[in-house]
Amino acid sequence: MRSYLVLFQMRFIRGLQYRTAALAGVLTQFFWGFMYILIFEAFYASSSTPQPITFHQLVNMMWLQQAFLALIMLWFRDSEIINQITKGDIAVELLRPIKLYEFWYARLLAQRTSSALLRFLPILIVASLLPYPYNFVLPPDAFSFILFIITLVLGVLIVVALSMLIYISMFYTLSGTGSILIFGVIGEFLAGLIIPIPLMPEALKRIIYFLPFRYTTDLPFRIYVGNITHNEAIISILIQIVWIIILYIIGKLWMNKALKRLVIQGG
Amino acid sequence: MLYWKYVKILFKSQLEYRTSFILLSIGQIFVPFSVFLGIYFLFQRFQEIKGWSLWEVALCYGIIHIAFSLSECFARGFDGFSRLVISGDFDRILVRPRSTIVQVLGSQFEFTRVGRLLQAVVIFIIALAKINIEWNVLKILTLLMMIISGVFIFTGVYMIGATLCFFTIEGLEIINIFTDGGREISQYPISIYKDWIKKFFTFVIPYGVVNYLPLLYVLDRSDKVFYMFTPLIGILFIFPCILIWKFGVRHYLSTGS
Repeated sequence: MRSYLVLFQMRFIRGLQYRTAALAGVLTQFFWGFMYILIFEAFYASSSTPQPITFHQLVNMMWLQQAFLALIMLWFRDSEIINQITKGDIAVELLRPIKLYEFWYARLLAQRTSSALLRFLPILIVASLLPYPYNFVLPPDAFSFILFIITLVLGVLIVVALSMLIYISMFYTLSGTGSILIFGVIGEFLAGLIIPIPLMPEALKRIIYFLPFRYTTDLPFRIYVGNITHNEAIISILIQIVWIIILYIIGKLWMNKALKRLVIQGG
Repeated sequence: MLYWKYVKILFKSQLEYRTSFILLSIGQIFVPFSVFLGIYFLFQRFQEIKGWSLWEVALCYGIIHIAFSLSECFARGFDGFSRLVISGDFDRILVRPRSTIVQVLGSQFEFTRVGRLLQAVVIFIIALAKINIEWNVLKILTLLMMIISGVFIFTGVYMIGATLCFFTIEGLEIINIFTDGGREISQYPISIYKDWIKKFFTFVIPYGVVNYLPLLYVLDRSDKVFYMFTPLIGILFIFPCILIWKFGVRHYLSTGS
C-alpha cells in the first residue's frame, strides 16, 4: 500500500508543475461554463412551467462541472500508458515488483487530482463574484457540503475504475483513440455532462439510474446545489461503494486475463 | 494544382491504416451526435427556444457543423500549426518558392472528419424535410453561401490561432473558445443570446452572418431581401486573417531545432 501512496505523491507533485497550462485551462473552462449557462438561460426563458431543477441550481452545477472537469471527464487520456501498451514498454512495467492495476490506478488518480486542484478554486471564486443568477453560491447547509465531499471522492474512484477499463481494452485493440472516443462520449452523456440528468426524459432517467456513470458527477453536484435529499444521498453513497467494488473486480479480472495473452509489441 | 496533390497524397497515406481510419470516422459521428441528442431532449422539455422550434435550430446546427467539419478537414494544417513551429519545419516551408498558406494548408488533412460531416448532412436534410419552406433558387443559393461562408470563418479563426503560435511557440488552448466555442454558440440562432454576445459574434467574429441573418430570409421571418447576401461578409472575413497571418510570418523567429 505504501508504495502506491508514494507513487500517487510523486505523480501529484509532477502534475502541479504545469501551472501555465492550468491558467489557460481555467480561462477556457470559465468561458465554456458561461456559454452553457447562456444556452440554458434561453431555454428557461422560453418556458414558464417549473422544471425539476431551478435555473440557479443548474448554473451552480455548470460551474462545479467546469471547476472539477479534470476529475470527472472520461476521455482524460494518459499517453504514457497508451504508449506502454502499443510500443511494448509494458514488459518493463511487468518486471517491477508491483501490481500493474494498482500502479496505474494510483497514477491516474494522482493526475486527475493534481490537475483539478490547480483549477477548481480560481473558477469557483470568479464565478461567485458574478451577479445573480449567474453566481456560484455555497450549499444550502453544512451537511450537504459534507455529503458532497464524500460523494465527490467516491465518484472520482468510480471514474478512474471506469477509465481503467478503457486502458485494459487497449490490450486487445492496440489503438486507443477510437475506443476512448466512443466510450467517452457515451459515458459522458449518461453521466449528465452533455445535458443535466434532471432535464432528460423520464424513461432515459430510469436507465441511467441503473448505470455507474451518474454516480461520478451528477450525484455529488446535485447534492451540492440541494437538488437531492439527504436520505437519497446517503443511500446513493452505498450504491457508489458497491459500484467501486464491482468495477474494481471486473477491471482486476479482465486485466489478469489480458496479461496472460499479452503480446509484447517489440521495443 | 499543388493543393490537390497535397490532398491526394495525404488521403492515400491515411487510408494505409484502414481499420483505425474507419473506427475514428465512426467515433467522429458519435461526438456531435450526442450533442444533438442533448438538444433534442431539451426541446422535448422546453418545446422552443426564444421562438425557434427544434427543426429550425437543427437546420442551423446542420449548416454550422457541415462548415465546421469541412474546415476541420481542410484547414487542419493551421489548427495544428504549433507542431510545425516547434519542430522547426516551418523553416523548410519558408525556403520553398510557393505561398506559405497553401503549404500550411497542405501539411495536414483530417479525413476522419467525414464522420462528423455525415451526421451533420443527415440532420441538415431531416431539418429541411420537417420545415415548410417555400423554395426558390435564391433560397437554395443562400443555404449554399451560408455553408461556404462558415468554412471561411472557421478557417480564418484557425489562421489567427496559428499566427499566435509565431509569438508563443506553443499552441494556445484559448483559441478553442472561438473555434469549438464559436461552433457550440452558433449551432443555435445567435438571437437567443444576450446583446453583447450577439454583437461580438456578428461584428468581430461574424458567425451571426452565417447562421442567424440569412436564416431569417430563408425561413421568411423577415422580408429584408439583403439578408441573403450577409454570408458574403463571412467570406470577406478571411482577408483580414490573411493580413494578420502575413504579419506573423514576417515576425517569425525559428526555434532552430
